[in-house]
Amino acid sequence: MLAGGGLMISFSGLGKLVSSENIDLKNVADEWNEITGYIKITPDNIIKILNPNPEFGQNVMTSLPMIVAEELDVDWKKVIVEMGPHDNVKLGPQFTGGSNSVRMYWKPLREAGAAARQMLRDAAAQTWSVPVDEVTTKAGLLYHEKSGKSGTYGEFASKAAANPIPKGIKLKDVKSFNVVGSSSRNVEGSKIVTGKPLFGIDSKVDGMLIAMIEHPPAFGKKLKSFDASETLKMPGIKDVFTIKLYEDGFEQGGFDTRTFNDLLVVVGNTTWEVMSARKKLKVTWEQITESKETVAGFRGKTEVVIPAELETTSAQLAKMVEFAKKPAQQLRRDGDPETAFAKAAQVLERTYTAPFLAHNCMEPMNFFAHVTDEKALFIGPHQAPGWIEPTLSKVLNMPADKIEIQMTRMGGGFGLRAYGHYMTEAALISRKMKAPIKLVYSREDDMTYGIYRPMYTATYRAALDANKNLIAFHVKGGGIPEHPIHANRFPAGAVDNYLAEGWAIPSNITIGAFRAPRSNFNAAAEQSFLDELAETMGKDPIDLRLELLKRAKENPVGKNNEYDADRYAGVLKFVREKSGWNNSESKKYSRGVAAYFCHNSYAAHVVDVVKKDGQPYVEQVFSAIDCGVVINPDAAVNMVQGAVVDGIGNALYGGLTHKDGAPEQNNFNRYRMIRHKEAPKKIDVSFVKSDTDPTGLGEPPFPPVFAAVANALYKATGKRYYDQPFGKHVEINSPRM
Amino acid sequence: MATINLNINGKSQVVDVDPKTPLLWVLREHLNLVGTKYGCGIAQCGACTVHLEGNAVRSCSVPVSTVSNKKITTIEGLSENGDHPVQKAWLEHDVSQCGYCQTGQIMSAVALLKSNPAPTDAQIETAMSGNICRCGTYLRIKDAIRSVNTQR
Ligand code: FES
Ligand code: FES
Repeated sequence: MLAGGGLMISFSGLGKLVSSENIDLKNVADEWNEITGYIKITPDNIIKILNPNPEFGQNVMTSLPMIVAEELDVDWKKVIVEMGPHDNVKLGPQFTGGSNSVRMYWKPLREAGAAARQMLRDAAAQTWSVPVDEVTTKAGLLYHEKSGKSGTYGEFASKAAANPIPKGIKLKDVKSFNVVGSSSRNVEGSKIVTGKPLFGIDSKVDGMLIAMIEHPPAFGKKLKSFDASETLKMPGIKDVFTIKLYEDGFEQGGFDTRTFNDLLVVVGNTTWEVMSARKKLKVTWEQITESKETVAGFRGKTEVVIPAELETTSAQLAKMVEFAKKPAQQLRRDGDPETAFAKAAQVLERTYTAPFLAHNCMEPMNFFAHVTDEKALFIGPHQAPGWIEPTLSKVLNMPADKIEIQMTRMGGGFGLRAYGHYMTEAALISRKMKAPIKLVYSREDDMTYGIYRPMYTATYRAALDANKNLIAFHVKGGGIPEHPIHANRFPAGAVDNYLAEGWAIPSNITIGAFRAPRSNFNAAAEQSFLDELAETMGKDPIDLRLELLKRAKENPVGKNNEYDADRYAGVLKFVREKSGWNNSESKKYSRGVAAYFCHNSYAAHVVDVVKKDGQPYVEQVFSAIDCGVVINPDAAVNMVQGAVVDGIGNALYGGLTHKDGAPEQNNFNRYRMIRHKEAPKKIDVSFVKSDTDPTGLGEPPFPPVFAAVANALYKATGKRYYDQPFGKHVEINSPRM
Repeated sequence: MATINLNINGKSQVVDVDPKTPLLWVLREHLNLVGTKYGCGIAQCGACTVHLEGNAVRSCSVPVSTVSNKKITTIEGLSENGDHPVQKAWLEHDVSQCGYCQTGQIMSAVALLKSNPAPTDAQIETAMSGNICRCGTYLRIKDAIRSVNTQR
């Protein structure tokens, strides 16, 4: 895992942002002894911890170094945090996504902290000629009680750094933690509130040019010809040219999403000049012809059909209805669902739909690139530099060790920044211009480029016998261009006869990961369906889920059930208690509940709707989460509150529609985002106390929000909500200012 | 191109730009004051909020020629050491997630508190609804603004 020790030359650059709020670095000796890849200590005992993983608001800049500090045994307030370089050998996978940061770094970071502490103790023991077992530590200091000797980590850092990194050091007992589990403020808080240049879009070097890209105005179109003569006459404009993102026959990796391959580039001195000059371009676009692409993803190579059609939302919806009737791929089968449905006394069947969603990160896509014949430097916001580096290497025909990627703080990611087209584009533009460039997407470029959350639908059916017992469950889900179904999740395992099926319609509209991919739709549909099913069965919606979970635990049906029924039931019981589910206070509200399991964590919400100015409004939410050990509790609460607000916003207002291939929303005047006054007044977040290794947090609270909102809206209005966004069916005023 | 005199954070600055250039881009690219953010360019998101004669304006939609010699304050000029009461409240409530929207949020909050030192929740909600936060930090923003109000 870790490279050897030794003295390390400190690096500089935009991506490396020292983060201590407490230490005046002016007086610090620039001699950093590297002890494991993550820790550096000066002779004056200044301790620096590198955050390995890209930061996009999930607060890993703070939480990951806290894990190191815990095992290293240092005073957190005296630690400097710095964004690490891109170095997968030294610093691990360096990938933000799938709610994985804490999960995948939990063990390596604890081991690094513990190994470094051991190395420091060894160094002190050697110097003092005492047995190492007698050397203790406390908050960055070393002690030998018998002889009364003591010293700082800094005094022994250079000696410790020269030794090899030990393996298998005993880790602390979770119960003895004092850094992990106590709330710490965001280490970059001061920089954020004072407007320091933290983000990729803030990058600037001497001689840097600004590039923007004119992409086709519709999916299914491509560049035919252009006339840039007027554009080139505009002030500050350097060049207008086309680039081909990938050469013919290029085999795409799973994150090389290419929406548009032939791009028209305008380069100039400043963003405003380029924006203005773009308006003078005269471009002719033409319809594409159907093609096939081979994509090499995590699950091997797949052939993808790219149809030529110019898609329109109403036609897409009609096509989904038609496809839903056709035979689909079977994803899981338990028992004999057909027979059970045939003999059912009652069948409940409901269909749910959801639109494409744009990520709308507040910082639009951008990247700095400086490519020369010898090397390539990239600075900017990306969730997984290690995934895009091989692509850059191929496209630039340059070995990976000549490519440096500096990771800046991201103004949001939500999955979109795991894709790398804008880095490839920036690389090609810089090489062509023989200059450092910053590629900037306007908001309109960002929103109309694609890589959306797919458009989905699912039909759920439940069979009841004459006594209203659930005897069979069937879900058939599809989408454009993928289906959403997680076949082995609840209520799979809890029903004797179960069938899950999926189908997909190819499209030229590109899609990508969006906060809890697929789960964000499944939870919305399935948890609304369970609510209606409970009502049909004459049961309380929490009780019905708990009964099913009891069955799944005691006598599980089928194999590969992904969830732990006890932990799932745990968050439901917890939220029932915290919200006072059926108490008299709750009668003031129209209440909805939903729960979901994803990214190895469990989340349940109770949403309370009231009427405000005659319209339904989510006034308060209770959330119960089981994500194992919580690293930084107050920041974790912030994350859950944010996921709830984001969920309400997307459930009520989110959606991107198309007409003849062109997105009908291209900025926030038409794409409605949740605003301050639409956010709940209170979001009460509780975490299940747990010693279990941490699991995901950024995504799991998000999916069940949609259904809890739908179920509460039903109580408020008497209508069930099947089609997202719900705001188009409820009368909700535009509050824009 | 035109020469325009600006008064930014108490300092006189001269820029030579197209007079139609939005103040946002002059701040970010000509004066290297990058704390003011670009989010939408059409006065819909509030990321670019600055103070013009003490009032919150969306700098993406203010042509630079219209503000010559008027008093402009950006996040960089709000306080010497990041210790404006609103900035401190933001840190105390650990408001930020990604942080991209927060300078705009703070500038809107400061302008609100200047005109109305003790806003009601409804007044906070209205005044802050022009600033989008995709990360969903609205509750903490409100708490931070309330705490400044009660500290006075
Ligand atoms: S960038 Fe000015 S309001 Fe969005
Ligand atoms: S903190 Fe990320 S957009 Fe507000």
